Amino acid sequence: MNWEVVIGLETHAQLSTRSKIFSGAATAFGAAPNSQASAVDIALPGVLPVLNMGAVERAIRFGLAIGATINRRSVFARKNYFYPDLPKGYQISQYEIPVVQGGSIRIMTKAGEKAVRLTRAHLEEDAGKSLHEDLHGMTGIDLNRAGTPLLEIVSEPDMRSAEEAVVYAKTLHALVRWIGICDGNMQEGSFRCDANVSVRRSGESALGTRCEIKNLNSFRFLQHAIEFETRRQIELIEDGGTVEQETRLYDPDRNETRSMRTKEDAQDYRYFPDPDLPPLVIDEAWIERIRSGMPELPEAKRQRYMSVYKLPPSDATALTATSAVSDCFEEAVRAGAEPKLAANWVLGEFTAAINKADIEPEDAPVSGRKLGALLQRIEDGTISGKIAKEVFDAMWAGEGDADAIIEKRGLKQISDSGAIEKIVDDVIAANAATVAEYRAGKEKAFNALVGKVMAATKGKANPAQVNAILKGKLGE
Amino acid sequence: MITAPIAELARALASKELSSVDLTAAVLDRIEALNPRLNAFIARDRKRALVQAQAADARRAAGDATALTGIPVAHKDVLMTAGWKTTCGSRMLENFVAPYSAFVVEKLADAGMVLVGKTNMDEFAMGSSSETSYFGPVRNPWNVEYVPGGSSGGSAAAVAARLVPAATGTDTGGSIRQPAALSGVCGLKPTYGVCSRYGLIAFASSLDTPGPFAQTAEDCALLLSAMAGHDARDSTSLDRPREDYARLLSASRGAKPLAGLRIGMPKEYFGAGIDADVGAAVEAAIAEFRRLGASTVDVSLPNIDLAVPVYYVIAPAEASSNLARFDGVRYGHRAAKYDDLADMYKKTRAEGFGAEVKRRILVGTYVLSHGYYDAYYLKAQQVRRLIADGFQRAYRDCDLLVGPTAPTAAFKLGEKSDDPVQMYLNDIFTVAGNLTGSPAISIPCGFDRNGLPIGLQLQGNYFSESLILDVAHRFQQATDWHRREPADIALETAR
Repeated sequence: MNWEVVIGLETHAQLSTRSKIFSGAATAFGAAPNSQASAVDIALPGVLPVLNMGAVERAIRFGLAIGATINRRSVFARKNYFYPDLPKGYQISQYEIPVVQGGSIRIMTKAGEKAVRLTRAHLEEDAGKSLHEDLHGMTGIDLNRAGTPLLEIVSEPDMRSAEEAVVYAKTLHALVRWIGICDGNMQEGSFRCDANVSVRRSGESALGTRCEIKNLNSFRFLQHAIEFETRRQIELIEDGGTVEQETRLYDPDRNETRSMRTKEDAQDYRYFPDPDLPPLVIDEAWIERIRSGMPELPEAKRQRYMSVYKLPPSDATALTATSAVSDCFEEAVRAGAEPKLAANWVLGEFTAAINKADIEPEDAPVSGRKLGALLQRIEDGTISGKIAKEVFDAMWAGEGDADAIIEKRGLKQISDSGAIEKIVDDVIAANAATVAEYRAGKEKAFNALVGKVMAATKGKANPAQVNAILKGKLGE
Repeated sequence: MITAPIAELARALASKELSSVDLTAAVLDRIEALNPRLNAFIARDRKRALVQAQAADARRAAGDATALTGIPVAHKDVLMTAGWKTTCGSRMLENFVAPYSAFVVEKLADAGMVLVGKTNMDEFAMGSSSETSYFGPVRNPWNVEYVPGGSSGGSAAAVAARLVPAATGTDTGGSIRQPAALSGVCGLKPTYGVCSRYGLIAFASSLDTPGPFAQTAEDCALLLSAMAGHDARDSTSLDRPREDYARLLSASRGAKPLAGLRIGMPKEYFGAGIDADVGAAVEAAIAEFRRLGASTVDVSLPNIDLAVPVYYVIAPAEASSNLARFDGVRYGHRAAKYDDLADMYKKTRAEGFGAEVKRRILVGTYVLSHGYYDAYYLKAQQVRRLIADGFQRAYRDCDLLVGPTAPTAAFKLGEKSDDPVQMYLNDIFTVAGNLTGSPAISIPCGFDRNGLPIGLQLQGNYFSESLILDVAHRFQQATDWHRREPADIALETAR
């Protein structure tokens, strides 16, 4: 029996405003408990919410980036429930009319391209945090996070594998960072997903009963949670059981999902329009101002890299994963590097160095411009690709720009035929046995002789010239 | 002298005939003498009041005084007042000291008013009799066996007994106008959004409106001019140019000052259920308006019979959510003993809230529940719009609407406590003003057979406060109902 899994994601992206969505308190992470909780965040009697337009602006940016409808009039609603870290006893969210509706995101999986449709994206406030450690059996409440602006991004159930769900989440993660609305820091909870998972027999059109897995804050957990949940549901049905609609929690230590609450004890949130906030009205002029300030989006860049720079799709996709990487690539090209060479270096040496140093591309000691200058020296024959790697390492270590390092270290390629001929003669004379092996038909011996020549020149000899001259001399 | 209206006190202060310190001290003495029988105040602070009075006198000496500088005022205990216990008449906030002040509290302090105390009220402003306060019922100065109206009964009684020349109130379904009527003073509910709600402990956010109590319409105009204004901390506060609400009052217009004014008489305001004495007093007041030059026109307010039912869906719905923050976690009452979190919530709220508050939280929770929302809350909002449309149609034919503020004069303590529906019907003429957000005033217009005051309501379209105040002022220039005072002796001997 073949099964199909159907997945939809609800993603909470923390918007990168300096202050909270309904108060002037700071949103910075990691401050002392309750040091960033204003009267509004604590929900003192008599205080009122005032909407942060920076959060709205970011929601609009998102809507424009995914080709969605920006609702000209949307409504904030109260979601009522009691919890100690929810100071007002309700969360201000959007319910019937969200700010962003529709749109889609293109994802690139191993199986090819696919569009994932989005249902909606709405603005809401985060809750605080309950603290249990070091409180001698009591619970502490930290309201620093209360009122942090979130964009809840809801997808249609368009994903058919854990892999697709992860690719979607990664693409969305890249997009929100690309357009500068969310720092994407998953450890700090700035980007987290809930997964709605159901299974059905292949060929069926009706959806199965879904379970919602809450608060998945890494791509690995997302993948494992969906995989576990898929297996669980299939086994349950195959054993004659039925899936109950419920909310489940993923336990990464045991790699399993556990029931948190069933549909029966689902809360009635008693949503109603928040009378403290007038409807959010967005005018055309504001949308147009935001549109004109939007950066070129990753998908458009990807297409451009393929058509203008003739890069293969894999390179174009990798270069547009983050705006910092694509910026680096474009700077290198602008500095004169050949696009394919620049792509190889940005995705190769540069990315490896970034990963090794565990830093962000924008913090790299070698900029795209400097990298471009280095690559030009390969193209004009000043150095070989191999030497360029040594120069790159020196640049990374802060020894200066490419030309200065080549000069200081004397790395300039030897392209003087006379000089190379002399070294080749010396190598042939000193390695009679190897020469004899080559002449006896052992091709590998040739490479050994090239290596000797390169070693004698400390790698600086032009490899193509060495090959030609050596071949000529051995053929004499 | 100290029982005079603000305008007179201001003249005495300006002419140095009186100092704010002397006035404030006398007011405090009077409160001390008369309040025990009335229970109009929850908190008083002589020391702090006298410090403010000294500052007011200094400000006047420096030539920086406003009309209100040095005048004593009392705030309804629903308004956050920095450094003062702010209880909302509830055990839930019995020991809660406000860390900041409400917008209107700030504005009146900025004008130089001297805060002498916080007034008693129905718990969380829920009630029409000021009997539901955790701190005991407020009594009507005209007869202490009777209620003063509510929920701002403490403020109304304090002004009626001439304990203070001015007080603030809040009006969610009539909570300024109805106690003003039952206590025989002036109470103004401005247009929603004219006075910021910042620092008003929310009952029903879309209806709550701060406003003034005073002896005269002229005083109300002075107070409103200081209380109004845009406040960025309240998203429903309106950003309008500053307005002097007393500007029309001084114009001399001869014997027929209301000539050209069309006063609408909604037929629904003069039907069955209105006490005969109330009806007669209102008719007499209308005759006075005609004498002053106004014409009257019959109008109709269709759907107005639905105002009370609509109000008692919307107000509890909002209240059920607004009062969720009183959960024992961060401030206010918390049960002493509990087993777990759910038990803490249950006991805290069971102990902290009184019966009427619980009743409204239950009703509000019900009407917002899954499966009932459309039938109750949504339907109520739709009817709310129809009621507002009805008023707009009426204002095509008239400038103001007139009628009784409440169907009867004050009732006895305990008389309606066991019958919430009878209690709610007291708001029958006032709730529509909150549902539409339009302004209205209640002014004294007579007494019933028991010697209890009767209130006349003047309602106007949005932002017509100046007109309403002017018309009320012209009426008070020609009549003396607003000058009638309850006898202090009655208060003292009844003790």
